Amino acid sequence: MDILTLFVVVPVLTVLALVFTKDLKQARTVSMLGSFVQLGMAINLVFAYFKEKEVNDSIMVFMKDLVWFEHFNIHYTVGVDGISVAMLLLTAIVVLAGVFISWKMEDLPKEFFISLLVLATGVYGFFISIDLFTMFVFFEIAVIPMYLLIGIWGSGPKEHSAMKLTLMLMGASAVLLVGILGIYFNSNADGGDLTFNILEIAKVNIPFEAQKLFFPLVFVGFAVLGALFPFHTWSPDGHASAPTAVSMLHAGVLMKLGGYGVFRIAMFLLPEGALFWGDFFLVLAAIGVVYGAFAAIRQTDLKYINAYASVSHLGLVLFALLMLNKTAWSGAIIQSLSHGFLTAMFFALIGMIYGRTHTRDINKLGGLMKILPFIGAIYVITGMAYLGLPGFSGFVAEMNIFVGGFQHPDMFHRVLTVLAVSSIVVTAVYILRLVGKIMMGPLETNNVENLPKATWYEKTGILLLLIPVIAIGVAPLWLSDMIMDSIQPFIQGVIK
Amino acid sequence: MDFSSFLLMRHEIILLVITLLLLVAEIFIPQQKKGSIVHLAIFLFGIHTVLGFLGNVEGALFGGMFRNTPMIHFFKNVLNVGVLILLLQSADWLQEKMVKQHKGTEFFILLFSSLLGMYFMISAGDFLMFYLGLELSTLPVAALAAYETSKRISSEAGIKLILSAALASGVSLFGISMLYATSGSIYFNDIAEMITANNLTILGMILFFTGLSFKISLVPFHFWTADVYEGAPISVTSFLSVISKGAAVFILMILLFTVFKPLMHVWENMVYVIALMTMFIGNLFASRQKNMKRFLAYSSVAQAGFILLGIINGEHLGFATVIYFVLVYIFSNLAAFGVVQAISLKTGKENMDDYEGLYRTNPKLSLVMMLALFSLAGIPPVAGFFGKFFLFTAAASKGYYLLVFLAVVNVTISLYYYLLVIRAMFLRKNENAIPFFTNKLYMRLGLVLTVLGIITLGLYSPLYDYIFELSKNLM
Repeated sequence: MDILTLFVVVPVLTVLALVFTKDLKQARTVSMLGSFVQLGMAINLVFAYFKEKEVNDSIMVFMKDLVWFEHFNIHYTVGVDGISVAMLLLTAIVVLAGVFISWKMEDLPKEFFISLLVLATGVYGFFISIDLFTMFVFFEIAVIPMYLLIGIWGSGPKEHSAMKLTLMLMGASAVLLVGILGIYFNSNADGGDLTFNILEIAKVNIPFEAQKLFFPLVFVGFAVLGALFPFHTWSPDGHASAPTAVSMLHAGVLMKLGGYGVFRIAMFLLPEGALFWGDFFLVLAAIGVVYGAFAAIRQTDLKYINAYASVSHLGLVLFALLMLNKTAWSGAIIQSLSHGFLTAMFFALIGMIYGRTHTRDINKLGGLMKILPFIGAIYVITGMAYLGLPGFSGFVAEMNIFVGGFQHPDMFHRVLTVLAVSSIVVTAVYILRLVGKIMMGPLETNNVENLPKATWYEKTGILLLLIPVIAIGVAPLWLSDMIMDSIQPFIQGVIK
Repeated sequence: MDFSSFLLMRHEIILLVITLLLLVAEIFIPQQKKGSIVHLAIFLFGIHTVLGFLGNVEGALFGGMFRNTPMIHFFKNVLNVGVLILLLQSADWLQEKMVKQHKGTEFFILLFSSLLGMYFMISAGDFLMFYLGLELSTLPVAALAAYETSKRISSEAGIKLILSAALASGVSLFGISMLYATSGSIYFNDIAEMITANNLTILGMILFFTGLSFKISLVPFHFWTADVYEGAPISVTSFLSVISKGAAVFILMILLFTVFKPLMHVWENMVYVIALMTMFIGNLFASRQKNMKRFLAYSSVAQAGFILLGIINGEHLGFATVIYFVLVYIFSNLAAFGVVQAISLKTGKENMDDYEGLYRTNPKLSLVMMLALFSLAGIPPVAGFFGKFFLFTAAASKGYYLLVFLAVVNVTISLYYYLLVIRAMFLRKNENAIPFFTNKLYMRLGLVLTVLGIITLGLYSPLYDYIFELSKNLM
């Protein structure tokens, strides 16, 4: 079996093994082992990729192609470039961290880990696919477990949030489906066969009229998952109601499918459509960036703060992609990764705080640093990285995005960039206020003596996420090497 | 005498023999052992189903009134598999409830007669055979709907069904007579050659279409559906919603694609509008239902709307996608009805509220239900997703992007109400949840078969390719 298909097979096997587990102990052990293997494979893939790239100069490497439905020319085609390798690594780390954070999942543990890993399977499959149909299948597989994950193990108005999230995301994927069919039936514009293969379609000159029609469908279909304003409303409610590990996976990984799909499908296959619609969506993305940041200031629930911060930061990803140049794009990819790790860390920490104090209201929290030093310290670090302090991944990403934005000589792009930059300041406001209030301020909790320290599994989960954040921040070159080469073929069509 | 003509009608002949055998068995089996007729019927029908898969035959009989093509043969097998699963699922109900009321055998005789009618209907080569088949398939079902005579609601369902069906077949017959008036023939092949787009022909086609729309329960001819589905015994409801509907879709499609092909510019508009109405009304009504049978009734109305997206394609791609979808739909809907049947038999509960907390007491049944609903909603990787995706592809290949867009909006609406059931089963906790129970062998087998179908039909692509090849020869 090829190295990429294993990325789908291993989680599926883990799920099958989980079916036979009896209690929490067995379930978490099996999930941990499966996710460990997966992380090992992802790390191995990074090295294998660099090695392969020296001898193989094609856009995608480790390609594997199997015919699935012959008459529709549907294939199971997989392949990776530097970007997907990085995304796979992100997913593997966040999933493993998520398993550690859910170490004490008492209610229906088996079902919880099964749903979690089905979600992971969808995400892995999505990142390795280069056939539109296969990709779409994995996309939906990744979304639907969210309903159960939030609905069963969530808190607060979980049924409402779960339904809202699922319907909005599935509605988006339905719109996407129309777009995909549109691309498919135009993939013979140059006289070839109809195909779902991305690399094949990219060579075809799809008529401008079709691009104009289908770009918004494909773009919106993916961008809803990337929390594009005004379709972001599922995200804060969903995050707030979801259990910790699900919030981590959701904000850390699942939402990244949006940005990834936008450049891999929408902009790569429909470049003229992207140029036509780019400015319109750029405005929406910029609104999302600023709006998300301001909305975060007004929240008092820790999870809502982070959810809106995610809207802002992922809006930045879409914003950068719509800038349509190489610097901004590399910023967008790094931002995706950086945000993935950081937000997963944030949600993990919030989960730990909530598990101890039983509140997420910042008015009722204070001085946690004194009683929970580990959690407090990591929280401060995460916050600093989040607001783009040099030395962490956030800085590298945002630097690239804004430099890329400013490379446009015209007023329109520059004004929007300035607006988006202003969100950094706002981010600093809510992060610093938050840290000041709940970490540094006077003690608010009554039973301060009894709060347990961070356990080994919580620490492991956090450290897993912290290492890459620092690695990207201190030595960003290995990552940008991997990404830059891979961006080139995808951006060719859209550079003005 | 030429025996090959027997071979051509072997589905019909074997089924007739089985029906007669059961009639004889009814007379000779003593009263206290009547329960064994259920075993006998399932055994015989199982053999019949297996025999159906042995070899395809092609040809026509009675001067072209009856014909058999590989596609028709395949579809009869599909119907057989559906009926077999249905029999497995209803075996317990028959043994526990109906045999005691001295009514075991009639169920099979009526059901098989109806199936026989469907065979003749889809094998028809002219309108006479078609009409005979239509009547033979409808009348026994009306008796079946009123089968639980102890329940008033069941009798009501029977009356409603027979009245609507009589009206529908009358309208159909009127349409057929107009077609005969303009073309001078009742043979499909002759009409196909002579048909022109004059007003009387078009009116004939519309009336004919209307008659079949009743059977498929397309909006606005769906009004009988919910009441009949709710009142009839669950086995009969699933028969109506999958087998009867599937057969009607099949013959409608053959006629639209061959006989009425020259009028495609007329019927495609008709199908377009009806597809939209059927999807929207079916889905919006389904989202308000509390009774599981009514719920599934409206869901099946909506599914019929999706089927029209394949029909509007008008070519063999559309044909293949619809047949594939019907196959998938049979398995998905039977799984859903099977669970409803099992729960209703043990507890008598049929409301969505009663399902709350079901997963914690009966996890396996809940999982079957979840798979069935995901398949109906079109969530990958289960078969329903592939069925729907291909239907949309068929419609999009003709440029109906707006229709596909509205259809995917409907998929999202339908997902909402399918999730309501999943919410009740998985998300809710309930002190008075339906307690744990085990099913008997037949029911288990019936559910396992549907689950296997739901999981494999989509991922196993050669099946679709096979149907696609068959559909090429149709035209």
